[in-house]
Amino acid sequence: MGETHAPAPSVLVIEDEPQIRRFLRTALEAEGCQVAEAGSGERGVVEAGTRKPDLVILDLGLPDRDGVDVVRDIRGWSSVPILILSARVGEVDKVSALDAGADDYLTKPFGVAELLARARALLRRTRLGAGDGPLVGFGDVRVDLARRQVTRGGAEVHLTPIEYRLLALLLANAGRVLTHRQILREVWGPSHGQDAHYLRVYMSGLRQKLEVDKTRPRYLRTETGIGYRLVVDG
Amino acid sequence: MSIDDPRPDPDALLEKVQREAAQAARGKLKLFFGACPGVGKTYAMLTAAGVARAQGVDVLVGVAETHGRAETAHLLEGLEVLPRRRIAYQGRELEEFDLDGALARKPALILVDELAHSNVAGSRHPKRWQDVEELLAAGIDVWTTVNVQHLESLNDIVGGITGIQVRETLPDRVFEQADEVVLVDLTPDELMQRMREGKVYFPQQAERALRNFFRKGNLIALRELSLRRTADRVDAQMREYRSDQAIQAVWETKERLLVCLGPGAGGDRLVRAAARLAGRLHADWIAVYVETPRLQRLADANREQILRTLALAKELGAETATLGGQAAAETLLAYARSRNASKLVVGKSVRTGMSRMLRAPLSDQLSALARDVDVYVVAHEAGEPPAGEATVESLTMDAEPAGPVRWRGYAWAAGLTVATTALGGLLYAHLHLANLIMFYLAGVVWVAVSHGRGPGVLASFLSVALFDFFLVPPRLSFTVHDTQYLLTFAILLAVALTISHLASGMRYQARVALYRERRTRVLNELGRELAGALQAEQIVETAMRHLEGVFQAKACVLLPDARERVRPALPPPGRAELPLDPAIAQWVYDHQEAAGLGTQSLPGAPMHYLPLKAPMRTRGVLALLPGNKRLLFLPEQARLLETLAGQIALALERVHYVEVAQDALVRMESERLRNSLLAALSHDLRTPLTVLSGLADSLPLAGPPLPPRQAEIAEAIHAESLRTSAMVANLLDMARLQGGEVQLRREWQPLEEVVGAALQAVAGPLARHEVRVELPADLPLLEFDSVLMERVFCNLLENAAKYTPPGSRIEIGAHEEGERVSISVADNGPGLPPGREESLFEKFTRGEDESPVAGVGLGLAIVRAIVQAHQGTVRAENRPEGGARFVITLPAGEPPRMPEEE
Repeated sequence: MGETHAPAPSVLVIEDEPQIRRFLRTALEAEGCQVAEAGSGERGVVEAGTRKPDLVILDLGLPDRDGVDVVRDIRGWSSVPILILSARVGEVDKVSALDAGADDYLTKPFGVAELLARARALLRRTRLGAGDGPLVGFGDVRVDLARRQVTRGGAEVHLTPIEYRLLALLLANAGRVLTHRQILREVWGPSHGQDAHYLRVYMSGLRQKLEVDKTRPRYLRTETGIGYRLVVDG
Repeated sequence: MSIDDPRPDPDALLEKVQREAAQAARGKLKLFFGACPGVGKTYAMLTAAGVARAQGVDVLVGVAETHGRAETAHLLEGLEVLPRRRIAYQGRELEEFDLDGALARKPALILVDELAHSNVAGSRHPKRWQDVEELLAAGIDVWTTVNVQHLESLNDIVGGITGIQVRETLPDRVFEQADEVVLVDLTPDELMQRMREGKVYFPQQAERALRNFFRKGNLIALRELSLRRTADRVDAQMREYRSDQAIQAVWETKERLLVCLGPGAGGDRLVRAAARLAGRLHADWIAVYVETPRLQRLADANREQILRTLALAKELGAETATLGGQAAAETLLAYARSRNASKLVVGKSVRTGMSRMLRAPLSDQLSALARDVDVYVVAHEAGEPPAGEATVESLTMDAEPAGPVRWRGYAWAAGLTVATTALGGLLYAHLHLANLIMFYLAGVVWVAVSHGRGPGVLASFLSVALFDFFLVPPRLSFTVHDTQYLLTFAILLAVALTISHLASGMRYQARVALYRERRTRVLNELGRELAGALQAEQIVETAMRHLEGVFQAKACVLLPDARERVRPALPPPGRAELPLDPAIAQWVYDHQEAAGLGTQSLPGAPMHYLPLKAPMRTRGVLALLPGNKRLLFLPEQARLLETLAGQIALALERVHYVEVAQDALVRMESERLRNSLLAALSHDLRTPLTVLSGLADSLPLAGPPLPPRQAEIAEAIHAESLRTSAMVANLLDMARLQGGEVQLRREWQPLEEVVGAALQAVAGPLARHEVRVELPADLPLLEFDSVLMERVFCNLLENAAKYTPPGSRIEIGAHEEGERVSISVADNGPGLPPGREESLFEKFTRGEDESPVAGVGLGLAIVRAIVQAHQGTVRAENRPEGGARFVITLPAGEPPRMPEEE
């Protein structure tokens, strides 16, 4: 995978439909990954335990087990990135899976390019780790986590404490989808799990300050019905 | 209860006392009742038990199935738990509830989970509810849990809904006889959420359960069943409570007052006085008119007066009745006793002198007869009925035959007397005169019985006269030699008159009895026919037929339509000429009060309108055009009409609920079908499409690079499969939206966010268009489902991209318009086909697709369906400056307040 010289990353595909497994394998192998397959949730959990993959791609609609339970099982002992595949109308399922610890999702049908881009992003996160120094940023925005200072194009941007906490959380999880619930719990505390409109209003404020066009955000992306994602290399 | 016995039914009281005694010794059964496993019955029961224990109740946990739910198991801490009994069964050791242990321990309250459980073979009872019966009989209070599908009578229904036959069932009477039922309720969504979170089953089982028994349709149906069942029970309790109260009322003897109306003009005064008295005594009161044979001969004006007085009494809150009887006093007293009335109110007669001497006033008669009843005399009732022309018509029954028929009676009287005299002449030589008198008496009896009082009286006098003239010596002369014959004449006349009086009275009673019998028969017949009716039309037809017969009136039943407008249910030929006023009928339906002829509202109307009131609501209106008004408005007849109307209304209500039940079944069934069809479609189509597009997409990666033409083909396959996929998605969305099964997840949010998300989602198709977004900074938060609203904008933007040339400008704007927010998506392209702006939204429903671009009609139809689900509107128009514009309005509502930041 590109710039790293580490051994080929291993990917576990948990999916009951053999044809989907087939093209996932084709695409991932073309990308230089080692691919293992599991046709059921039960088998998938076992494989995840024995093979210790670098990435798990998990279909939420498995016949034998609820995909959300599989996520929970794997999260019980591993922090391997999990990319879930789900049906289009399953927002509730996606949110449950993400809340349970999945890292990203793709809605069927999806393009191979999109899949590979997501897989790459998740693999890079594990390679690099989250915290690579106090200075992070995207676009022309620079954030000094140590001094809690934000600049845009060199000029200091004043953020309210909540806006700063929100930004710091997104930065710490750059590339990942965070559900409304996860963000509310982290930024506002566990008692505000239902007040999604707080989050939306503050997000709007943050975009106002950090995006060029707040109605067409490049970095602070909306995942409709699910949550937000900070796209650093957007 | 006989009419002279004012006491309550001793059997009913005894039964009540026995029931109460049995209940006192028995333990009390409390059911925690739920729609299905997992709603939290055990949890609720254990929580309540914890509270009871804290209050010092001796609580023992007999069985509590925690199903490995930690939060439930946690509740067991601090409660005494009965060890399970171990039973060896086919070489294995099984655990079961220890009934004997519980009985020996004898706590005040025992918790026995899962009432419908079947005991392990070798237990004393095959079923756990039998164990519970035994515990209750031992005086131990039992708390337990039951799911609706375990009720025996619902077993089939549940099986039909869920497709799973529940084997563990419980006789309904256990449920009915429970002292308390606590409904533990959880919405299907919450339950499914709990299941997913593994709070109900172990995670491994949860997925399977969600696919089978715990499908959402099932959960909704089960929940409905349990709610209804509980509601029925509460209803039954209410009725029992009320009947208990009624039994007490007999002992406490709420005062009841009986006012006796006479035919005079002072009746209104009397009624008002009685109303005041009743008000002061907080008593119910009854206004009664007793029609004695003497009063049958009243003039029309007097009868109208009596009807008016009865109507007034009813208006003032009295129950009214017309009684038939020989003597007013006795009839009144018997009725008073039968109705438990302790006070009688009568008017003071102004009769004086001789007439008072001859016949004691009613008040005196009553006082003399009734030592247990208080008699109140109200001053000044107008005197004897003024003697109008005596058309002999009765108030309580059909008119006497009038005219020629009447004269025939007198002719018979004359003829028969003459014939008797002729016979007497023939037999004069052979029989003694005293025996000839018997022939005359026989004739008088026959005339009086067959033709009534008048002919009887005529026959009496004629008999004496002819007997004297033709038979008593000297014959052919009225002179009498022997003065003894004068005595004979006097006695003969007296006897003949008495006989004719008695005979005509008997005839009257017989007719009253006949009439009562006819009323009863009508009620019975109507009841029987209505009971068999399965459709509203049948009921209406039956009702009209009977009403026309009983009241000699043209009847019409009006039933409400879906918009609560009443209209005639059956317009058979020949009914067109009814002077039916729909406005009055509607008023009657809306106000649930009678109107039209004979009422206080619009009395000038030719027809009488009566609401068909059933226990739940008014079911329609009955309109009657009486041929003979009296037949409709006599109190007895009016009550009969009310009763019939009630029966009709009940029958209509019954049919209505049958339909509702069938509808509900059909709806549940079709929902199930649609769900499974949609699920099948979404899975069975989506998966192969995903495979197809994925395989085509990955084809270039599978091996050495493809030659350009093959790569092109792979790309085309990919694009087409994606498009098909989008169309399937549109179809599914439309089906879901039209099926009304999309639940909006409305949340307050800024519009810009969803617009931004949509722009990002359709960035590809929009790549060669210029998009301008101008949303006011102070636009309030709106409440909508973000996923669906994103679809709205995606569809509109895709449309704009598709139907405008590259380089066109697309503008998105919004502004507040009073209580709504108006959002527009406009372009400067070629615009919409003029005159077809509205039909663009209808393509799906009209099913015509002229456009070469697939899915177009669906897209806008989905837009409209989603917007309408948000109580919004959407319209399309051409801009004056050129191009198309789609305008959405959404209700602004009241956004929640934002907290101040620290």
